[in-house]
Amino acid sequence: MSARLLEVRGLRTHFFTKAGVVKAVDDVSFGVDRGRVLGLVGESGSGKSMTGYSIMGLIDPPGRIVAGSITLAGTELTTLGDAAWRNLRGNRVAMVFQDPMMTLNPVLRIDTQMVEAVRAHHDVSRDAALQRCREALVQVGIASPDERLLGYPHQFSGGMRQRVAIAIALVNKPDVIIADEPTTALDVTIQGQILHEMQRLSRESGTALIWITHDLSVIAGLADEVCVMYAGRIVESGGVDEVLDTPMHPYTRGLLDSVPSRNTPGRPLSQIRGMTPSLLALGEACAFRERCARAVDACRTAPVTQSIGTRGVRCVNPLS
Amino acid sequence: MRIATELPASDGVSAPRAESPWRRFASEFAQSRLALAGLGLLVAIILAAIAAPIISPQNPYDLAQLDVMDSKLPPGEQSSSTGKTYWLGTDDQGRDMLSGIFYGLRISLVVGVSSTVIALAIGLAMGLAAAYFGGWIDALIMRIADIQLSFPGILIALILLAVLGQGIDKIIAALVTVQWAYYARTVRSSALVERQKEYVEAAQVLALSRTRIVFRHLLPNCLPPLIVVATVQVAHAILLESTLSFLGLGLPITEPSLGLLISNGFQYLLSGKYWISFYPGLALLLSILAINLVADQLRDVLNPRLSR
Amino acid sequence: MLAFTIRRLGQSVFVLVVMAFIVFIGVYAIGNPVELLVNPQADAAERARATAAMGLDKPLAEQFLAFLAGAVRGDLGRSFVFNVPAIQLIMDRLPATLELAAVAMVIAIVIGIPLGLIAGLKPHSVAGRSIMAGSILGFSLPTFWVGLVLIMVFSVQLGWLPPNGRGETVMLLGVPVSFLTADGLAHLAMPAINLALFKLSLLIRLTRAGTREALLQDYVKFARAKGLSSRRVIGVHVLKNILIPIVTVIGLELGSVIAFAIVTESIFAWPGTGKLLIDSINQLDRPVIVAYLLVIVTIFIAVNFLVDLVYSLLDPRVRLGQAAAAH
Repeated sequence: MSARLLEVRGLRTHFFTKAGVVKAVDDVSFGVDRGRVLGLVGESGSGKSMTGYSIMGLIDPPGRIVAGSITLAGTELTTLGDAAWRNLRGNRVAMVFQDPMMTLNPVLRIDTQMVEAVRAHHDVSRDAALQRCREALVQVGIASPDERLLGYPHQFSGGMRQRVAIAIALVNKPDVIIADEPTTALDVTIQGQILHEMQRLSRESGTALIWITHDLSVIAGLADEVCVMYAGRIVESGGVDEVLDTPMHPYTRGLLDSVPSRNTPGRPLSQIRGMTPSLLALGEACAFRERCARAVDACRTAPVTQSIGTRGVRCVNPLS
Repeated sequence: MRIATELPASDGVSAPRAESPWRRFASEFAQSRLALAGLGLLVAIILAAIAAPIISPQNPYDLAQLDVMDSKLPPGEQSSSTGKTYWLGTDDQGRDMLSGIFYGLRISLVVGVSSTVIALAIGLAMGLAAAYFGGWIDALIMRIADIQLSFPGILIALILLAVLGQGIDKIIAALVTVQWAYYARTVRSSALVERQKEYVEAAQVLALSRTRIVFRHLLPNCLPPLIVVATVQVAHAILLESTLSFLGLGLPITEPSLGLLISNGFQYLLSGKYWISFYPGLALLLSILAINLVADQLRDVLNPRLSR
Repeated sequence: MLAFTIRRLGQSVFVLVVMAFIVFIGVYAIGNPVELLVNPQADAAERARATAAMGLDKPLAEQFLAFLAGAVRGDLGRSFVFNVPAIQLIMDRLPATLELAAVAMVIAIVIGIPLGLIAGLKPHSVAGRSIMAGSILGFSLPTFWVGLVLIMVFSVQLGWLPPNGRGETVMLLGVPVSFLTADGLAHLAMPAINLALFKLSLLIRLTRAGTREALLQDYVKFARAKGLSSRRVIGVHVLKNILIPIVTVIGLELGSVIAFAIVTESIFAWPGTGKLLIDSINQLDRPVIVAYLLVIVTIFIAVNFLVDLVYSLLDPRVRLGQAAAAH
């Protein structure tokens, strides 16, 4: 496989809390290329957000990256110092968060918040920075950028605010954008628009997009590749059509089966029985085995990721 | 620079529930050595105050025991008549400062605690009534409380005492008046939050009587913030009372609190006889400090949001 | 914005009148000032004359209205003790009190906010913890005792600073101020620091709590994700957010500082309104007490009003309201 734009190998991010060690990200590996969209799917607590933060270098005590490597166009990120990280963030790798009301500072004007993102990385005049911001706003589909720039976050709707947040992520033309559930807090219609915009932007500008979500339907329409996470590990990965049509991991199967539109009306919704395990108590064994209908003795040992063509599955007894 | 962030709840961390809430509370409280020191100090002070007549070398208010020849002796000097050592010196009447402090502590603590308890009871009743009944009762009580809270307590107390005169009951009344509004407000906001919660609706659906709902359901959940406020307010009350006594408006000379002792010694300060004011003040400081240390830790332990 | 201002102004005036009423009832209706000023051996006729002269024989409502009318004109009666208009006594001493209060507040702000910021940013460091411990000490200290200790150390033992009184004054905008002279500063130092201590501790704790809370917010994370330097994240993003509640508190505490100045003025014999009040209470000089209360109440209400205004200016959410959200 040729070197990918962003390559994550064996990433482990652990939190050392008073209650014990939380293995938020436990041996995660994936890669993403220019202009491609990778979906990172999982329920709450699966470690998907923490993976995103790890790539951004935003993991703070009591957490830290304990093992693994993250390479961006050849540069190793895990060994970078603070100053180098600050150069990278918002510049080569950017992030969009879930709730734009809280991610935009409520007491600062939009132009202030956008211009500072530019001037943190480029030594340009305020006017030049403003021009770039205007372009970025137009790119995300905001027609009259000057008006928006003079406003404050609370004056805009959720969809508009999220577009601004995306524009801020785009303004320095990063190599990778990590979007952490950016549409979860928005109306379904706005959601659709933004998904469409993001896909277009990714294709046009060649920016790699990592889309973190719990919503399979979003991934189905948007992503090229998908990684399914469970309890801090990637349990299945591959092209999105393949994975969603013929899942190999029992968990992926369970997720797909529980989507309401796939169930027969009038009959009880199918569910995955049991509950997600506490990330404190994880051992080396497969974290899904308590809830898995296909569990065998071999599941007690650490399952290794098997590669089958372009797909990967971390299971000793996968669906074929 | 690293900015510490909170561990996100989605990571599924849950502490083992083996110990009872009291044990957990005690162990969380004990995590601050400063708070434990404060607690120890507080216990010592309370014991000293209770045992004042026993542990004082002299009863400073029994004129027969005073020797005016011993007046204004510096600390460590011995009485010319009885040979006893005045560990902290004597005041202008020949009173042993140490004894004066013990008795003074007693009065300060009694006034502080009783005014807090009474204010708490009144504030609790008002706050619960306002929260539960709502409407004009709520508006009225809160309006009064708000107007009162927008003025500094010392001013209100000063004017009240100017009007009422001196006496331990009057000063307690003044302190209660200053404090009740704060409790009422705290209780009301807690109660309003609780009232929205489902268990109250459930209780109402079950047609439990109003008193029962208020006492058995609303009240226990409003208690934690109240405990914190009350503890801090005791310190506040003691401070206010001593300030008022210092200004000559608080307790009368027959029941000298620490504030009065300090005020007594003020006139001798410029001639270098500092101990008459200094040591009572130190005792006051230690008492208030102890209470505040305990209250601070209580607040951190009982506040779920900041506990990390 | 204008509607808001007018509404608040109206409310303020209403509260003022209510407070005036309470003050009036409280001080005038209880007790009889005649007893004080009349010779104890005076007969009933003399008493009656004195009562009439002071207008105390009229019904309460009439007294209150007369009082209000006078108050609006600026006439709040004459001091029983000094026999000059009460309001004049107060106004003469007010600049001294305001100066003390203002300087104390400035000290508290200039030292308190930065310290609180440090304590909030590094709560578990040595600096952070000692600042917090210091702040607990700060508001456990009885103000009056600290004043005594300050005098003890700096005047009696070291002889560096004068123990009482106000220093030389110069006229600034028609008001005598003492902080512009060296002698004035020497006299101002201890009382101002004494008065500032409590507020200082309060501000430290407030700033620390606000900072800790602000740091948990998403916008801080987002700011860091943009690659902004820590200085900018804290100095602009965090600071602007925590300043709003802090400014509000400062405004409200200003009134409290003026009230606490009563104690400081007594200890340091600072010629302000506080000392006047204590003396008046002891001498039952009712007009002066009333005049003081009304002036203070007016100051408080004015400060509250200003704080509301400043708050609405600082917080764009209040200032601009929920303007029609674009699509």
